Amino acid sequence: MAHIKLGDNSLEKETVTLNLGPTHPATHGVFQNILELDGERIVSAQSTIGYIHRAFEKIAEHRPFYQITPLTDRLNYCSAPINNMGWHMTVEKLLGIQTPKRVDYMRIIAMELSRIADHLVCNSVIGVDSGAFTGFLYVFQKREDIYEIFEEICGSRLTTNMGRIGGFERDFNDVAIAKIKKFIVEFPDVMREFENLFNRNRIFIDRCVGVTPVSAEKALAYSWSGPLLRSCGVDYDVRVAKPYCSYEEFDFEIPVGTTGDIYDRFLVRNEEMWQSLSIIKQALVKMENEPKGIFNAEVPDYCLPPKEDVYSSMESLIYHFKIVMGEVPIPKAEIYHSVEGGNGELGFYLVTDGGRAPFRLHFRRPSFINYQAYVDIAKGGMISDAILAMSSLNVIAGELDA
Amino acid sequence: MSDIKIVEAPPGVEGAGFFATSLDKAVGLARSYSLWPLPFATSCCGIEFMATMGSHYDLARFGAERLSFSPRQADLLMVMGTIAKKMAPVLRQVYLQMAEPRWVMAVGACASSGGVFDTYSVLQGIDEIIPVDVYVPGCPPRPEGIIDGLTRIQELVQNESLRRRDSDEYKQLLAKYGIQ
Amino acid sequence: MAEVKEMNNQAVLDKLQFKFADAIFNVSEPFDLLTITTSKDKVIEIIQFLYDNEELKFRFLTDICGVHYPDQELPLGVVYHLHSLTNNIRVRIKVFLPESAPRIQTLTGVFLGANWMERETYDFFGIIFEGHPDLRRILNVDDMVAFPMRKEFPLEDPNRTDKNDDYFGR
Repeated sequence: MAHIKLGDNSLEKETVTLNLGPTHPATHGVFQNILELDGERIVSAQSTIGYIHRAFEKIAEHRPFYQITPLTDRLNYCSAPINNMGWHMTVEKLLGIQTPKRVDYMRIIAMELSRIADHLVCNSVIGVDSGAFTGFLYVFQKREDIYEIFEEICGSRLTTNMGRIGGFERDFNDVAIAKIKKFIVEFPDVMREFENLFNRNRIFIDRCVGVTPVSAEKALAYSWSGPLLRSCGVDYDVRVAKPYCSYEEFDFEIPVGTTGDIYDRFLVRNEEMWQSLSIIKQALVKMENEPKGIFNAEVPDYCLPPKEDVYSSMESLIYHFKIVMGEVPIPKAEIYHSVEGGNGELGFYLVTDGGRAPFRLHFRRPSFINYQAYVDIAKGGMISDAILAMSSLNVIAGELDA
Repeated sequence: MSDIKIVEAPPGVEGAGFFATSLDKAVGLARSYSLWPLPFATSCCGIEFMATMGSHYDLARFGAERLSFSPRQADLLMVMGTIAKKMAPVLRQVYLQMAEPRWVMAVGACASSGGVFDTYSVLQGIDEIIPVDVYVPGCPPRPEGIIDGLTRIQELVQNESLRRRDSDEYKQLLAKYGIQ
Repeated sequence: MAEVKEMNNQAVLDKLQFKFADAIFNVSEPFDLLTITTSKDKVIEIIQFLYDNEELKFRFLTDICGVHYPDQELPLGVVYHLHSLTNNIRVRIKVFLPESAPRIQTLTGVFLGANWMERETYDFFGIIFEGHPDLRRILNVDDMVAFPMRKEFPLEDPNRTDKNDDYFGR
């Protein structure tokens, strides 16, 4: 980038170019921004992305439907179950599969837990970047509990590959239920401690309040969604606007901010965690009122049979083989389905041609769409504020670069 | 009494008021428990690395408390996550900026082999551009796996001869990657 | 408060057909999402109309993406998803372009957020958005010549030598 001549009111004659990233520790990922600086103030900036472009959409055109779930894990790896289930629900909508209520509640528990895990990372990292490491260490201990629950449910911590088309691979076991209950009891204390550390902290407030504010008009023009859009005062939440997975039965509030600054983003995420906790409590009660042992829709054509049956019964083996080889009927259709991911509206635009793999699968990735406003909102501010703004956007590199 | 364990001294000759061992071993011991890792975290494995550094798993217990975000002061390059072809020159540059002796750990399937991303845009393992000492399997590896990888690196560091980096074999290895 | 009229797909379609009668074809409603196809000359005008209309208020651009149908006469498609947050309705608009000259007007004048979505579509499919402020590759390396999401482009790196097809049964 060419240097920009500065006016007489600046001490410098022209701007200085600073390359921030793609391996800068403060950017938490692989984002490159080339900044033109007047002293510490950013005059203009240019972002480069694509440093971990992995061609998800191209791979998806070569994989049968159930093999795409592991790819969705790696989009927003901070809240993998939401991506998994968003994909499953898209396919179920395509095939017209009605999932039992209990499956919906189980999904909601997993999705809301991962929303908490996602927001915990973001908010604690805002703390780290503003100079308060303590909050990060506190909440990461609790975050391990969420991972342990996921481990009980599906055997994996981070990239969960949780569930199947039609429901789950197995029921939540007793340990998982006990751990969820324990989490519900213990999490409020941790959350309150975390909020006490930050919410009224003078240094934190000075770093965040009024920094990089975004108006509702601008946020909508940039197609922001999720906590970022809500921090600007727009109450758009896919869970309410286009309810999926029985969210319409739940009683929860959508927190909104007013100014869209970093502090609002932080508070909105914190409040969303409280709301998620309330949803998990409700879902657990609803789940226990449903008949036990149902964790799957009756769709043998699409849902892999249990492993022990595959080894012992001929029919299961045939179904297993058919599904694995992608020999199941898929209608020719075009569908858009979206869920409320950790960062906003996570959409799946799926075009099928009757073949074993999608003809085209496009992910509406909230991080990608949210991040393009970054250069705009960082302009005019200080470098240190730009760093904090980046962590408050919670851009996940995997989701950004597809 | 605290139950802190102190590493055992390397084999040597001990007498009244003195202890003699080979320089290799003393240096190896010191180096292995004071590694400065450079976390080159790009994607999912980076989140597991955060968990590894966090209070629950606490990598600092193994003598790697101080993360060095500058390659010039780092001993160990931990590559965590997918390296796309766009990123490859950056990774190589970071490696070149590190001073000898330097070790490299490829954490996770992507860094080791490209993982599930066998595509036009992803580098099929970082060992195509830089030499790797330890590979950690998993997608992503559990924190225990990352810690295991670090202890393997420590073993290598402890047992490395002081002259290894001057040897022809090592120079040939670097030459293979086009590094002088 | 003004009377709130229930807005549905049919009402949206009626308004569109009233205004752009001959530019809207292939109307369908897969999974309750109004889908229309239009021509590349009209698409920006239609989206601007949907944006400006006080009843419709399609002021949220959900997504832009490309599709490649190699067997069609006009193989390259651009698909717009718009969302009216006030009416809670989505609409999908499709435009098809010839492979020889895949050019279309940019949407960045209506939505700022279209910027990167169009860059991504250009990067993957080679569709040129005329009037775009900064149409460069976004995800792939700058010196790439092919457009990887087109169907003829192979998934795996064709230059690899370490892969023996015999081991993969192909």
